[in-house]
Amino acid sequence: MSTSVANIPPQFEIVDQPLDTQMTISMGPQHPSTHGVLRLELVLDGESVVKATPDIGYLHTGMEKLFEYRKYQQGIVITDRMDYLNPLGNNLAYVMAVEKLLQIEIPERAQIIRVLTCELQRIASHLVWLGTHALDIGAMTVFFYAFREREKILNMIESASGGRLTPSYFRIGGLMMDIPAGFERRVKQFLDDFPHAVEEFHKLITGNRIFQKRTQGVGYISAEDAIDWGLSGPCLRGSGVKVDVRRTNPYCGYDNYDFEIPVEQDCDVWARYMVRMREMIESHKIVTQALARLRPGPVKADAPKVVLPDREAMKTHMDALIHHFLIVAEGFDVPPGEVYHPIEASKGELGVYVKSTGGPKPARVHFRGPSFVNLSALPHIAQGEMIADVVAIIGSLDIVLGEIDR
Amino acid sequence: MEPQNPQTNQPENELTSSETGTPSPIAAALQREHPEWTSEVIEALGETTIVVPREHIVDACAFLKTAPGLEFNFLSDLCGFDRGPEEEPRFEVNYHLFSTTKFHRVRLKVVLNEDDAHVPSVTGVWRTANWHERETYDLFGVIFDNHPDLRRILLPDDWQGHALRKDFPLRGYEPYSLE
Repeated sequence: MSTSVANIPPQFEIVDQPLDTQMTISMGPQHPSTHGVLRLELVLDGESVVKATPDIGYLHTGMEKLFEYRKYQQGIVITDRMDYLNPLGNNLAYVMAVEKLLQIEIPERAQIIRVLTCELQRIASHLVWLGTHALDIGAMTVFFYAFREREKILNMIESASGGRLTPSYFRIGGLMMDIPAGFERRVKQFLDDFPHAVEEFHKLITGNRIFQKRTQGVGYISAEDAIDWGLSGPCLRGSGVKVDVRRTNPYCGYDNYDFEIPVEQDCDVWARYMVRMREMIESHKIVTQALARLRPGPVKADAPKVVLPDREAMKTHMDALIHHFLIVAEGFDVPPGEVYHPIEASKGELGVYVKSTGGPKPARVHFRGPSFVNLSALPHIAQGEMIADVVAIIGSLDIVLGEIDR
Repeated sequence: MEPQNPQTNQPENELTSSETGTPSPIAAALQREHPEWTSEVIEALGETTIVVPREHIVDACAFLKTAPGLEFNFLSDLCGFDRGPEEEPRFEVNYHLFSTTKFHRVRLKVVLNEDDAHVPSVTGVWRTANWHERETYDLFGVIFDNHPDLRRILLPDDWQGHALRKDFPLRGYEPYSLE
């Protein structure tokens, strides 16, 4: 727009028209706003993006190859390192796929604890997104508040599994072990505090005019394009498509929980922001319900050839000792077959394809990472946007490079 | 990795009829309209797999995407599989389809010979296939014909070989260097 102020000399007038000269710049892989080691090749005309080409693979560690050389139970620790902000979701997708191949039923208490911890992890993942997304846009304070809450969740997960970032809590056939004493009290305390924390986030940033200007109307992707590009999770729901694997293909008993699927119609960064903020409240609801349903019971399936026996049983029962030895030394045979098991991870549809040709090692494990697919739509979304808004768009896609590069 | 047992090559057949007696309505619809597009239907573990001859894969995908009552408008995933160098056909490409309106899923499968590992690209049906096909090309060496931008995606451009093939060693052939 040209300014209408009369006393500005013409050479200083702001002109909004193409410069007809293009410049190619490399953004990343060491750029703090690319959330890891993502490199973007940006062709710019002035400040607007003509073409954005993501360049990935800097964090490729050949995990899918490694799965083929490891026993099924050893694969669980590899999944932790994919989407390292939502490791329990990765654990869940993988162990459920293998359980589907083995056709093992999981005890109800294990199901509920899986739902409970996964929803806590979803909140933790969204908190990292919230902190870093706001940080990218220039609101620094939110980061500290978000990480303060996340710390509480990580402490709880650590108390249950022993790991903060890489819990490996789920096992094929159940859980590593039952939740420790006092876990329920800590969850209850967190549930009591969390709504207040969300209010704080809203006060800090939702009403912030700068944040609104930076996000509203930026990074538009229509519902048809979002489906065509395979977006999933909050990115798809931010474009008004009400799809959530927890509802469309329920697993882990999610069909018994009462929760909403937040959908926004604006199709922009702001809509994706609002979806995630509302999702945290929904996860809070699910955790509350799961906590109320916890009843004493076993947390491991009754499948002695697959599930490791308790320590006590090993000391007193010969067969338990033999099973333990065989599972650890030789693994367990999985019948031939192939499954694709999708779950709703914090970033979208996390699908695991496991193919078995018999034997203790999988023939193929493939992860359909939601970040991978969501990032592939970036050239479409970023085209025609300003370069500063590319940072906001990447933040709104909520990518984790560990999962993209695998 | 132990050598693959050739007997377990297509194991799902054993589960086919005993698991679920009824054929899937999705496969039935495809067979009714275009019987030549399905060479085999496998029902196992609650999932439907339709083996499609490679020359019909784009038509079959476009049909499933638009057919009323099916509406597979969402390509969840596309991945390859290597049965091993001694197997023929050697490669499989799996298409996992999902419908955002009907919420059902189906798997399409194309099998390819090693000396002719070409399959038509489905990027014209779903644009999300772009990166999935690049990944499958990168890791298995399957060529997707008519793909707009078939480059390596995860491994470096000058990488030799295809890392997820069964005859590619886990640690590679030699230490990779950026020099």
